[in-house]
Amino acid sequence: METKRLVVVAVGGQGNLLASSVLGEAALLSGIPLHMSEIHGMAQRGGVVESALVFGDASSTIISDGEADILVGFEPAETLRAINKCNASTVVITNLAPLMPFTVNIGQGVYPDLKNLQELIRNKAAKLIAFNAADLAKEAGNVLAVNMVLLGALIQTGVLPLSEEDVKKAMKRKTKQQFLQSNLKAFDLGYSAAAETA
Amino acid sequence: MSQESDLYFEYSTNEKIAMEVAAAAANCGVRSMCVMKHVGVNVAADALMTLAYVGVKGGMVIVSADDPFMFSSQNEQDNRFYAKMSGLPMVEPSSVEEAKELVSYAFELSEKLNEPVLFRTTTRINHSTGIVTLGKIRERVTQGDFVKDPLNLVTVPAVARKLHVKLLEKYDKAQELAETSEYNFITGKGKWGIICNGVSYNYVRDAINDLNIEDKVKVLRMGFSHPLPAQRIKSFLKACEKVLMIEEGEPYMEEAVKAFAQEEGLTLEIKGKAKDLFSRLYEYDPGQVRKCIAKYFGFKYTPTEVVDTADVPPVPQRPPTLCAGCSHRATYYEIRKAAEGMQTIFPTDIGCYTLGLLPPLSTADFLLCMGSSVGTSGGFSKVTDKKVVAFIGDSTFFHAGIPGLVNAVYNNHNFTLVVLDNGTTAMTGHQPHPGVDMTQLKLEGYGRVSIEAVVKAIGVQYVTVIKPYKVKKSIEAIKEALNFQGVSVIISEEPCALYAKALKLPQRKPFRISEKCKDHRDCINHLACPAFYIWDEKVNIDPNLCTGCALCAQICPENAILPVKATA
Repeated sequence: METKRLVVVAVGGQGNLLASSVLGEAALLSGIPLHMSEIHGMAQRGGVVESALVFGDASSTIISDGEADILVGFEPAETLRAINKCNASTVVITNLAPLMPFTVNIGQGVYPDLKNLQELIRNKAAKLIAFNAADLAKEAGNVLAVNMVLLGALIQTGVLPLSEEDVKKAMKRKTKQQFLQSNLKAFDLGYSAAAETA
Repeated sequence: MSQESDLYFEYSTNEKIAMEVAAAAANCGVRSMCVMKHVGVNVAADALMTLAYVGVKGGMVIVSADDPFMFSSQNEQDNRFYAKMSGLPMVEPSSVEEAKELVSYAFELSEKLNEPVLFRTTTRINHSTGIVTLGKIRERVTQGDFVKDPLNLVTVPAVARKLHVKLLEKYDKAQELAETSEYNFITGKGKWGIICNGVSYNYVRDAINDLNIEDKVKVLRMGFSHPLPAQRIKSFLKACEKVLMIEEGEPYMEEAVKAFAQEEGLTLEIKGKAKDLFSRLYEYDPGQVRKCIAKYFGFKYTPTEVVDTADVPPVPQRPPTLCAGCSHRATYYEIRKAAEGMQTIFPTDIGCYTLGLLPPLSTADFLLCMGSSVGTSGGFSKVTDKKVVAFIGDSTFFHAGIPGLVNAVYNNHNFTLVVLDNGTTAMTGHQPHPGVDMTQLKLEGYGRVSIEAVVKAIGVQYVTVIKPYKVKKSIEAIKEALNFQGVSVIISEEPCALYAKALKLPQRKPFRISEKCKDHRDCINHLACPAFYIWDEKVNIDPNLCTGCALCAQICPENAILPVKATA
């Protein structure tokens, strides 16, 4: 089976680990071999969470620079920071709603211009799908569902060997019952947003 | 775990104690396990080295995780050397599934040898997720008996001399078992060889696949890696023209393998750690391993085309920071205020509060290990005239802070120790410790140790308790403590904001910036609370992040920070 490598980057609290666990469950449901790992050292304290998911025939649970088939960033600056994981064939999906690092708030850094950021990524990767996932999460009735919006966009690209159906089944198993409806709606909104970009 | 099964589980106060508790249980014939991070084994090493002499009756497995790249640690020491130093057997999994299999193997091995077994992992394995197939869990024995046998169990010199002989015998037996262990295996064929362990094995497998060299390179994967199976390795070397060693961390296997080659008079090239190959530093990755394999054996290799990042502007850093409403921020601010004009040294310790090192708080000057805040304060105060103010968390105080404080009282050191008591072990995910009120966690049958009572009992002459969200009062109390000659202790009590939320303790109302704001920005500049942000050149507070601690409201020169109105 062809190997597909997905890198997901997010800020602590954005639900990267839940999204990864949904993908893991979906892979299990579809019988796709999956190896994954995440580093979330001090993420609860505002740091970055990076997950690596390797689908198909491979043993590693880590993805080297330039080797991601698809990069999903839950936060625009974090997407840009992880651009070294990409090559010219990589598909990049990014949320466009920034979460200001406090270093910027106290004047120790400048947040990248969003237009310029998209331009840079578009020029380097095969394709960029960029939209405001926070707005879509709100529309779905759950501001915390940014992760599910991006999951929808991810599945729409068809890069991963996972069906929409299996991912939704996995969402039912892995996400809280009380949020399931809004999560499914968030997924659909993300799916459509990615389809429109295409 | 203790609630969901018949296994006894405890959070021990520190790793040495955990190892001692487990060692005693295992000496009563009950299977036991103790789990710690790599540096925890340093704390437990005193017990470990002699436990190797005494051995066990029931199986005992010591799980520890090294942290190559130091994702969340103070060093990246290679704990495989503990196996070598103690003489104990060691196993190392390469994957999640293998880790699961290897645990029962390790227990069986331990019972065969009557020795504890070291189970060495790394961060990358522990943070991986994989599919495991569950088997049957054997019937558990949770009660044992202790049979007196002082001439084998009390390690006075005469006994220990005898026990060391026994340990070496067990070592030989362990080596024999390693020779035939299914966890040391060879895959592939060819005249070239790779010897690897742990996560590196996954990268090697993928590289061999990618380079399509299954019939050119054979791989010896070591999963039972101490004692190393000498005969197995020697015969592998004899069948190779050159060998590449792939192991994260130190050249633990490389040195041994080179020695084996020497014993056999083999002159083949064996390389691993070298300037142009593998480093002792950090974590390895699949691309790097593929590149080194191709380079060393001369295979054709197309490097991965990484995008050019030359024109990417620097992305602002997002370092971990004290949470919005963290009580440590308040204490640090107050200490800085109270110590204004003093020349200070701030020895710190291991926990969330280490994050005080960054400006504007800048309240961390020196750190070695858990408990070092107290011990090093003694040294700093003896040889300098500066005011030494040390910080230690509540959990770390119990773990390793108490002996340092006893030492300071006894030797009449001169410093102030601030115990940042947030009522939990916050950094690692709110594990309890001896000072925690366990009834809050709805757990019965636990004692509780008061930090204040301990400090007073040690004989500290000046002890004060502050509530850090009361800024003025706290600063006054701190000033007095700082002026005390000798050892003074300030206990700063306020629950961890995240923990309070998780426990559903009553929450305070968030604050907002009112129109009275004259843009001094003292709030942002002195506190660096992540609930603050600048929008449209103006200071704002994110009501979703603000916990209502009111620290900023108390330091605003215009009193412009006010609680959000209920109706707003």
